[in-house]
Amino acid sequence: MGRYFGRKSIVYALTCIVAVTINWLVPRFMPGDPVLQMLISRGPDTNPEQTAVIMDYYNRLFGFDVPLWQQYLNYWGALFKGDLGVSVWLFPTPVADVVLRALPYTLGLLLPAILLSWFLGNKVGAMAARRKWLDNSVLPVGYVLTATPYMWLAILLAWSLGIVAGIFPTAGGYGFDLQPAVSWEFASSLAMHWFLPFLSLFLVAFGGWAIGMRNLVIYELESDYANYLAALGAPPRLIRRYAFRNAILPQVTGLALQLGVLVGGSILTEVVFAYPGLGNLVFQALLHRDFFLLQGVVLFIVIGVLVANFVIDVVYVLVDPRTRAGMQGVSA
Amino acid sequence: MSLQVDGLRVRYRTLRGDVHALDGVTFEVADGEIMGLVGESGCGKTTLAKSLIRLDGRMQYVDGVVELDGVKLPIDDQHAMNRFRFTQISFVPQYAMSALNPIRKIGKMIAELLESRGFDYKSIQPELERRLDLVGLPRDVLRRYPIELSGGMKQRTVVVVSTLLDPSLLVADEATSALDVSNQKAVAETLVEFRDRRFVRSVIVVTHDISLGYQIADTIMVMYAGKQAEKAPAEVIVNSPRHPYTQALMSSLPEVGVRYEDRRLAGIPGSPPPLLNPPSGCRFRDRCPLAFDQCAEEPPFVEIATGHSVACWKAA
Repeated sequence: MGRYFGRKSIVYALTCIVAVTINWLVPRFMPGDPVLQMLISRGPDTNPEQTAVIMDYYNRLFGFDVPLWQQYLNYWGALFKGDLGVSVWLFPTPVADVVLRALPYTLGLLLPAILLSWFLGNKVGAMAARRKWLDNSVLPVGYVLTATPYMWLAILLAWSLGIVAGIFPTAGGYGFDLQPAVSWEFASSLAMHWFLPFLSLFLVAFGGWAIGMRNLVIYELESDYANYLAALGAPPRLIRRYAFRNAILPQVTGLALQLGVLVGGSILTEVVFAYPGLGNLVFQALLHRDFFLLQGVVLFIVIGVLVANFVIDVVYVLVDPRTRAGMQGVSA
Repeated sequence: MSLQVDGLRVRYRTLRGDVHALDGVTFEVADGEIMGLVGESGCGKTTLAKSLIRLDGRMQYVDGVVELDGVKLPIDDQHAMNRFRFTQISFVPQYAMSALNPIRKIGKMIAELLESRGFDYKSIQPELERRLDLVGLPRDVLRRYPIELSGGMKQRTVVVVSTLLDPSLLVADEATSALDVSNQKAVAETLVEFRDRRFVRSVIVVTHDISLGYQIADTIMVMYAGKQAEKAPAEVIVNSPRHPYTQALMSSLPEVGVRYEDRRLAGIPGSPPPLLNPPSGCRFRDRCPLAFDQCAEEPPFVEIATGHSVACWKAA
């Protein structure tokens, strides 16, 4: 068991190093000099001598004056100190502060959406597997939901429940007239603004899980062990329990695979609802050519997905004894 | 009298019509008898085995009576049948490799199964362990997952589980077909030993392997196209069969000491009739070398000697 997790940890550490490196490489290999671009955007170059001095100043400020390998090492060094650089868009706020301010919104949106859709989708899918009327209603609805693009459903919800029905606000993380505070007014405004983005993420994922679980449970209920138990007169309750436990295993793997998709979906959803989370930051960073901010947000997303995958790996070992048996070596 | 089956008819419902897989089967299995049920693929032997324990969704009971120890079994009522399963009549499947829930330890699965049927696992566990010893399985298989057992071990485990409550009748459906010969022998011997120790009183061994049936069965029933052809003590079936089909079947088996270089092993020409619309009269008559006019009428299944019944006009 220890060896298994040791091996897994090494794989995750390597993945993390590679991801961080790519994250550092991409802005640096993009065409164009960011400092030059910044200066050009300020107006026509009237005094070349002065421009050279300014460029030199900025290059030193951002650390572009040293060789690339030195820049790379500096980047890691700064990373360990929690320094992600300074945002250009919100100058002079450090990127880490901008990201940390947005992080709770994204987590508050993603965690409940992922966990609830997975949990309820599996429950409803398993029920649909053995009730005709549920099957006939859940299946088509599930197909439509899971085939819907995130932002399209988000726009539909914003239009129907927000603009037409006027129940929910369609933009922002809380009322524009409010300041963050510990009060009922602020909390309820937060909840109202949270609901629509959450609902659109939840519904799309829910449809996928329900369909998957329905098919898996039907397959398990016709498996040999289910038939054998039925031949020995076991009550349907026991057989269904076994089928559910077996069918949930591929769904756990599916959750690990779907995490990236869900995070991507949340970026689009946040943009649609102008929700102040990481997704919106990505959008703003791109709009304002704020590469330090973009780099910082992507770093957080990568680390988040890796941590979640690692947690799922651990959970999988707990729920599937076959992985454990494989670790200890089979005794004949 | 352990098992009495009278005129059992079971059909498969298909889109093209009903397949008459079991068309009026009547036989008895005595207390302590091991009956081999042989025949080629599609003759209805597995349908018969399944009918006795659990009809699957496509199977439709038509008529006939099944009595076990004088009690009529409600074989067309899945729910009412549950009371008899495992306790009175039990089942060893062909698919022992996958018959155990892969994510439960075997002991825990047995405990959950027993408790779901209202039995106390703790009081049965000592007997369970004795029986594992008997079939040569270490007691710690109960603490293992099915994936940790070999195929032969799984099959023996399934036999022990199925017979744990000392049922009157055990139906073993091709229980050894998926095993290599040494494991086949171990499982076959286990079945005989369990009968001798009266863990089970009677056994029906469904097999396409006549030599295996001959080795462990007291009597053999030969089926053809959904009907019985012949039932007799194993010795008689092998040495002096009366039904032309049984005779042809026996002559298709290779014999020890005979070289088949010069002479090809005789098979049975033709193939069984379709059971979607079975022909009237004797169903073997198109392939039968002895067929004559009377075969257009259906031959009755009659006893021609003690314990020897045949459905053939020529044999009667």
